Amino acid sequence: MSELALDISLTVNGEAVAERVEARKTLVDFLREDLGLTGSHVGCEHGVCGACTVRVNGAIVRACLMLAVQCDGATVETIEGLSDSGEVADLQAAFEQRNALQCGYCTPGMLTAAQDLLKKGGVPSRDAIREHMSGNYCRCTGYHAIIDAVEAVARQRAGEGK
Amino acid sequence: MKIAEDSPPVLSALDRPNSYIGRSVPRPNLHRLTQGRGQYVSDVTLPRVAHVAYLRSPHAHAKIVSIDAAAAKKATGVIAVVTGAELAKVMTPWVGVLTHLKGLKSAPQPPIAVDRACWQGEAVCAVVARTRAQAEDAAELVEVNYQPLPAVTNAEMALGAKTPVIHASLGDNLCFERKLDVGKVDGAFAASDAIIEATFVTGRHTGVTTEPRAIVADWNEGEQRLTVYQGTQAPHMMQNLFAKHLGLAEHQVRVITKDVGGSFGIKVHTYADEMATVALSKLLKRPVKFVADRIESFVTDIHARDHRIKAKIGVKNDGTITAFEIDDLTGIGPYSVYPRTSGIEANQVVNLVGGPYTCANYRAAARVVFTNKNVMCQYRAVGHPIAVAVTEGLVELAAAKIGMDPLEIRRRNLIADDAYPAQSAAGLKFERLSHHESLAHLDAMMNYAGLRAEQKKLHEKGIYRGIGFASFIEVTNPSAAFYGVGGAKISSQDGATIKLDAQGALIVATGVSEQGQGAEAVIAQCAATVFGVPIERVRVIMGDTDVTPYGGGTWASRAAGIGGEAAWQAGKALRGNVLSVAGAMLQAKPETLDIRNGVVVDAATGTERLPLEELARVAYFRPDTLPAGIQAELVATRHYVPRAWPFAFTNGVQASYLEVDADTGFVKLLKHWCIEDCGTIINPQLVDEQIRGGVVQGIGAALYEQCLYDERGQMLNGNMADYLVPMAVEMPDIECGHVVSPTADSELGAKGAGEAGTAGAPASVMNAINDALRPLGAAPLTDMPFTPDKILRALGKV
Repeated sequence: MSELALDISLTVNGEAVAERVEARKTLVDFLREDLGLTGSHVGCEHGVCGACTVRVNGAIVRACLMLAVQCDGATVETIEGLSDSGEVADLQAAFEQRNALQCGYCTPGMLTAAQDLLKKGGVPSRDAIREHMSGNYCRCTGYHAIIDAVEAVARQRAGEGK
Repeated sequence: MKIAEDSPPVLSALDRPNSYIGRSVPRPNLHRLTQGRGQYVSDVTLPRVAHVAYLRSPHAHAKIVSIDAAAAKKATGVIAVVTGAELAKVMTPWVGVLTHLKGLKSAPQPPIAVDRACWQGEAVCAVVARTRAQAEDAAELVEVNYQPLPAVTNAEMALGAKTPVIHASLGDNLCFERKLDVGKVDGAFAASDAIIEATFVTGRHTGVTTEPRAIVADWNEGEQRLTVYQGTQAPHMMQNLFAKHLGLAEHQVRVITKDVGGSFGIKVHTYADEMATVALSKLLKRPVKFVADRIESFVTDIHARDHRIKAKIGVKNDGTITAFEIDDLTGIGPYSVYPRTSGIEANQVVNLVGGPYTCANYRAAARVVFTNKNVMCQYRAVGHPIAVAVTEGLVELAAAKIGMDPLEIRRRNLIADDAYPAQSAAGLKFERLSHHESLAHLDAMMNYAGLRAEQKKLHEKGIYRGIGFASFIEVTNPSAAFYGVGGAKISSQDGATIKLDAQGALIVATGVSEQGQGAEAVIAQCAATVFGVPIERVRVIMGDTDVTPYGGGTWASRAAGIGGEAAWQAGKALRGNVLSVAGAMLQAKPETLDIRNGVVVDAATGTERLPLEELARVAYFRPDTLPAGIQAELVATRHYVPRAWPFAFTNGVQASYLEVDADTGFVKLLKHWCIEDCGTIINPQLVDEQIRGGVVQGIGAALYEQCLYDERGQMLNGNMADYLVPMAVEMPDIECGHVVSPTADSELGAKGAGEAGTAGAPASVMNAINDALRPLGAAPLTDMPFTPDKILRALGKV
């Protein structure tokens, strides 16, 4: 399929990446298979479950619905980058303390989606958190603990403390 | 922050100094998972790995006339194209029967269909290539010539005289049948003031694990060994089955299970495509990887709960329940699933109906029939949600009929808290349950009287809210009575090996496994507490048949109660060993010493005598300085299996509060409560989260989830856009409470908690919907899932 491959250059978690990829390859497969960034997970491959949620040019996207070649020139951030930079450290700590994950497969996507909500500032209501997180499927927790953890971090960041 | 409030510490009687029992200790594996640094099987890659794509039957039932793979074999990257007939030379077929389910029969199932496909989705050919994409490209070039056969797609018709028999060798389409007649059922019905009959339907649904099934099989011809990385709940069971069907000794097979993206009973079965992947590795002498995509998951992951139950209850005007009667019919697909069988679910329904109540008159019939749909087998809370929906649905219909409050009718019929040990009409043996205390706890926690007043007030404004309940019993900690006695090599015992390392830390290897429930934390809590080290000095190893003691894995809520007890006993044994060495070093009697917080101390005063690091240094590097005859044994292994009771039954009660929009038929869940008694609570937070997650799985069954098939046996909604699962915005907050009745079968006294939420949620939601609609004159809804169109039909609006 080399005739259908293209050269792309992009920034992934702050590193410059230049690769030749098949035009049909999704962003999530590119991240996982070509770059070894296995923190982005494949759940449904049709944009419903949110396990592959990553940030492209600052906006959260379904990496299973975007092609790698569409990311030529883009800035991509995955859970590995968000972890290493410390950007979501407080969310990770709250998820761990609240047991807001069980199997952990949805968690990188959940954290990325939660950060997208919280970086807008303020303390969203539980209903607003539920609404925002509704693009991310979790079969284990029943969501209650996830909402608790996101709410707790929103309050911490707003300086409300405990 | 709500976090601490949500998990108040509940200290138990097992409270040693620095005890971790009853504390919400964070799970040690979480930091890895929140950073995206877990290792799921989907992430595993090996040198020379090949990828397999399966070509699957588009027909529910068809003869495979011919397969032309010539073009596919020439495609880019293709390593092999393998048919069922070719793979049959490598791996033997299997038959999913258990001898204690008398009469249960099934047909031999091959890893890949040989001459006939029996459901839409059954693999008919394997294409192995350098990448999955190449394998899928080549699979499109395989020409299969099918001759469609008549498909049995309706369980009601499966036993009809004119219905085709799916497996001619079996004679008919009946897989299993069970009948039970206890007490004087006819007399009891005759003496009733009211008899209520209803037909309950529980929709066929499935687990939808976030990570689909995945396996990497690596046959090493040089070592003559097979290493399998598999997302399974039962590594030792799979080791046995891979060995058996490849003609290997068990020690030639190693199963490694690292992180697993959800299981819920989906990943505790033998799947033909996973067996085929293992056989392909043996055939091709190289690693082969298979990860199910979501579409294949829907047509191959086991389905469950497809039952139709005609049911009947008798009641007196004083609320006394006189009799239960059920007739259950379930269609389980073309094969009984190996090795746990597809007869267990219906068997559980028969066992569990009426279980919380004193009523001694019970008649049941269950028929399990073959159909040409995807196979059904055990999924979280096996049989419970069905039995609880039938029982609790009948109880609330009876209460409504005689004009009694739904909690009051339960108070008058639930087995009394001081009546234990007790036995149900179906013969289940209960060591100790707490139905009445649980009910009282629920009544207070939810402010029942206040909600009833609110409901009434809102009703006057045309807002229709409902309150529904479900009392339940739950099977946990299964002994060999579940599978072992039926001949399956599924271990009911479990082991733990604990080693004191050279720096005084504990390394615990356990046979139970982790798919997110928190088993790793619970095992660490048990070992740390009983031995006496800070939990940070405990490392748990699981999921590797080369390393861990033989065990059953994690299913049927057994990890904490059985695996935890094994770890507890192993820690106690190691503590004894360490104290005898310490006694020799300190010239003290071992019984005067204790280990606290990682230090050997005087038991009476707590005075520090010897750090464990120093003891380990001497034992491992200067044993010459120990007195003659003293050999330090710093590893201990213990095993545990429940013996006094076949199962550790738990109990509980749930309530749902919801609002039905009578114009649109939409249900809005407002709040959910669950009181549960799992005996000793090792980690309160983990118990609550098992319950919350389970409740939401049960809500999915009540409101959204159903595998829809047409009359040709084609699944109509096999993707996540069309098959609805609960998402955050529709789900309510869930409040949990506990009553603690420990089992005396183990020192810990812990029972399981994983099934409770799923067991009771569908019934409580169903009862709440009917409670909301009853004043509107709607016919009772008993056909799950309760979609808006069914609600509008019940209201006569469409």
